[in-house]
Amino acid sequence: MNFPLFPQEASTAAAQTDHIYFALLGLSAFILALVFLPMIFFLFKYRSGKIANRAQLNLPTNKIEVTWTVIPTLIALGIFAWGAKVYFDEEVPPANTLEINVVGKQWMWKIQHQEGNHEINELHIPVNRAVKLTLASEDVIHSFYIPAFRIKQDVVPGRFTTEWFQPTRVGTYRFYCSEYCGTDHSKMQGIVFVMKPQDYENWLARGNVRNTLAQSGENLFRRLGCSGCHVNSNVIHAPPLEGLYEKLVPLSDKTFVRADDKYLRDSILLPTSQVVAGYQPLMPTYEGRISEDELLQLIAYLKSIGKETPPKKP
Amino acid sequence: MNDPEQNYLSAGWTVRSWLLTTDHKRIGILYLLSILVFFAIAAAAAAMMRLELLTPQGDLVLSETYNKLFTMHGVLMVWFFLIPSIPTVLGNFIIPLMIGARDVAFPKLNLLSWYLFIIGGCFALHAIVLGGVDTGWTFYTPYSTAYSNSHVLEMAAGIFIAGFGSILTGLNFIITIQKMRAPGLTWFRLPLFIWSMYSTSIILVLATPVLAITLLLMSIERIWGVGIFNPKLGGDPILFQHLFWFYSHPAVYIMILPGLGVVSEIIPCFSRKKIFGYKFVAFSSVAIAVLGFLVWGHHMFVSSQSIYAGMAFSILSFLVAIPSAIKVFNWTATLYRGSISFNAPMLYALSFIGLFVIGGLTGLFLATLAVDVHLHGTYFVVAHFHYIMVGGMVTAFMGGLHFWWPKITGRLYPEKLAQLAAIILFIGFNLTFFPQFILGYLGMPRRVHEYAPEFQLYNVLSTAGASILAIGYLLPLIYFLWSLFYGKKSSANPWRATGLEWKTSSPPPKHNFAETPVVTEDAYEYPPLNEIGEHPDA
Repeated sequence: MNFPLFPQEASTAAAQTDHIYFALLGLSAFILALVFLPMIFFLFKYRSGKIANRAQLNLPTNKIEVTWTVIPTLIALGIFAWGAKVYFDEEVPPANTLEINVVGKQWMWKIQHQEGNHEINELHIPVNRAVKLTLASEDVIHSFYIPAFRIKQDVVPGRFTTEWFQPTRVGTYRFYCSEYCGTDHSKMQGIVFVMKPQDYENWLARGNVRNTLAQSGENLFRRLGCSGCHVNSNVIHAPPLEGLYEKLVPLSDKTFVRADDKYLRDSILLPTSQVVAGYQPLMPTYEGRISEDELLQLIAYLKSIGKETPPKKP
Repeated sequence: MNDPEQNYLSAGWTVRSWLLTTDHKRIGILYLLSILVFFAIAAAAAAMMRLELLTPQGDLVLSETYNKLFTMHGVLMVWFFLIPSIPTVLGNFIIPLMIGARDVAFPKLNLLSWYLFIIGGCFALHAIVLGGVDTGWTFYTPYSTAYSNSHVLEMAAGIFIAGFGSILTGLNFIITIQKMRAPGLTWFRLPLFIWSMYSTSIILVLATPVLAITLLLMSIERIWGVGIFNPKLGGDPILFQHLFWFYSHPAVYIMILPGLGVVSEIIPCFSRKKIFGYKFVAFSSVAIAVLGFLVWGHHMFVSSQSIYAGMAFSILSFLVAIPSAIKVFNWTATLYRGSISFNAPMLYALSFIGLFVIGGLTGLFLATLAVDVHLHGTYFVVAHFHYIMVGGMVTAFMGGLHFWWPKITGRLYPEKLAQLAAIILFIGFNLTFFPQFILGYLGMPRRVHEYAPEFQLYNVLSTAGASILAIGYLLPLIYFLWSLFYGKKSSANPWRATGLEWKTSSPPPKHNFAETPVVTEDAYEYPPLNEIGEHPDA
């Protein structure tokens, strides 16, 4: 039996979180000493029957109270600011991340790489590269937690959530579901393999995948009949999707919305909620007809055609 | 009626005289007996869990059983032991005595509260007997509404009904304290226990209805499939968390404020000295009650709530720590130049301060956003809230029970044995829960019945501690029962304490006071001490 006191530290966020953790430990030790050393001293010195000066002093109570109210408040605000700064960095991903999709369902993790590789309860990633996970749930709330990276994000059904990190050390680390999700919650876990970039490329190549994620999405796009309206837009009037991703879309209620992952998700599942200006709300909902995996593939396809410049209309 | 030997216990011996009593003291006893039953069941569930966690493999019970055990432990401990503990037992018994009243404002309503509590408790127990619930005490959606195949509705009904008992108790206390204080007992002469119970009652009245609404909405979705929380029906699962924690975070303060009040009574009495900074200690209870309503989102830092909301909730959570710190500083200052004796209530009060400070400091870790991202949902959280709720509230409850035992029963408990039990509890508690802080930072998730082998050592320590803790709870049970029959008879004021409850006989007569007392001085006006710590003028 071993007794580790401290978890592995394998991401940029881990180092930052641990700095705050140690500062808090130091502060706690200081406050414990500040409260309990005098207390133990008083308990000893003023125990009943022991001779001591017990004449009551006329202490400036209000000044003392204000002092021990204001100083802890200032310290608390300082720690708040430090924790908030690191949190902000943890929550907002940088540009040019490696994007990987993670779907949680009772009781397993399904992972999709853009190159088309799929894995279950394992996550292979290259070291020293910022990775952004897009998380989706098929059923209940899960939470994707990698202790060695000090990173956690709930995976909430009905929406995408994201989580990013930059691993700093090659190795294998456990990940868990950390939000109780039913019978086999304890088994819903896996291993992160942080690899050298070349090893990662080799691993991707060994997967022997036929289609990239976007290509799978394109196949779905045809199979589900999306292409019938969105490609031959002269037959049935539907908005073109090329170049759409991350652009501002004018809506029929005269507002604009950015075509991000959330918008694409909502437009497929709740197509009448945000109708593009100049179009009729004709599209049927795909809610219940496609799984979270497929939805992520479709969106990968839309992103892949989104990056091309749209053809200018004459 | 005027027989001086007649007290509230000897006023009637029939079952009917207990079950239809409107005497706040008897109702306090009824609550004490009933919450002990729930405590025993919930503690047995905890014992099973600790045994399961001795080894990394899930070998003692099935994962399904384990999930039902922790749900049962949480539901019973929170709603059927901790929330009622100090308020309904000590609060019911002591508040009217402390303020010089004959009873609470609405004695019949008080009895109704107990019946609601018992009916709710029967629903909860019935749900457990039928096969249990596996949602965790938090009932997170959509698991609870669409995926759990257990007796969610019946358990929710039990909590719903018991909640109305809480609301009525809170209402009763507010009006009692507001309207029934003895002549001369102004707000700033009130014992601090009254201030803390008043703050607690306000939370009970304002927060509990939100729990009722939340459980009702959850039940509507579960029964009729109305989309409120389940995204597949167009609902929002995060909405449930907002509603649930809007009640359940203030509920955490229902589970600690009364404990803070008890400690504020014990410390001056066993230091023979007025409490330091009375007004600051009093208003810090009010501040905790108010700020406690504004921090619920700190349970949701990783839930996908907006990061700016997270920042607001983080800063407010740091601020709510300040009034608690003020209390601790004032208690320490009270010891200065006092005359301290280490009777069991004082040992409990001191161990309360130690455990409460550790619980509070680790709360700062969890209020810090970036650190919480790592610690949320791990054993660190489990350790933290057990330090507050068991280390804090249960220790204070034990302290209060020892302190007022002579008043309640008219008998003294055996002091040496009680001091030993207090020390055993302190050691057992720390051994059980301190290793869980380390487990949490190492990354062990909570609510798992299997775990990685590297976590085993700390789990073994924790289970070992739990067995010591069990002795610490059984010992008082035995000597309290013993003292009922063989304990020395207590005088009216065995601790030479201030406070009106000590001015009447032990146990008190049916209507508390022969004449309505008149108050002419502040709380805790102990006479001056000489250099060996006696009151020469008294």
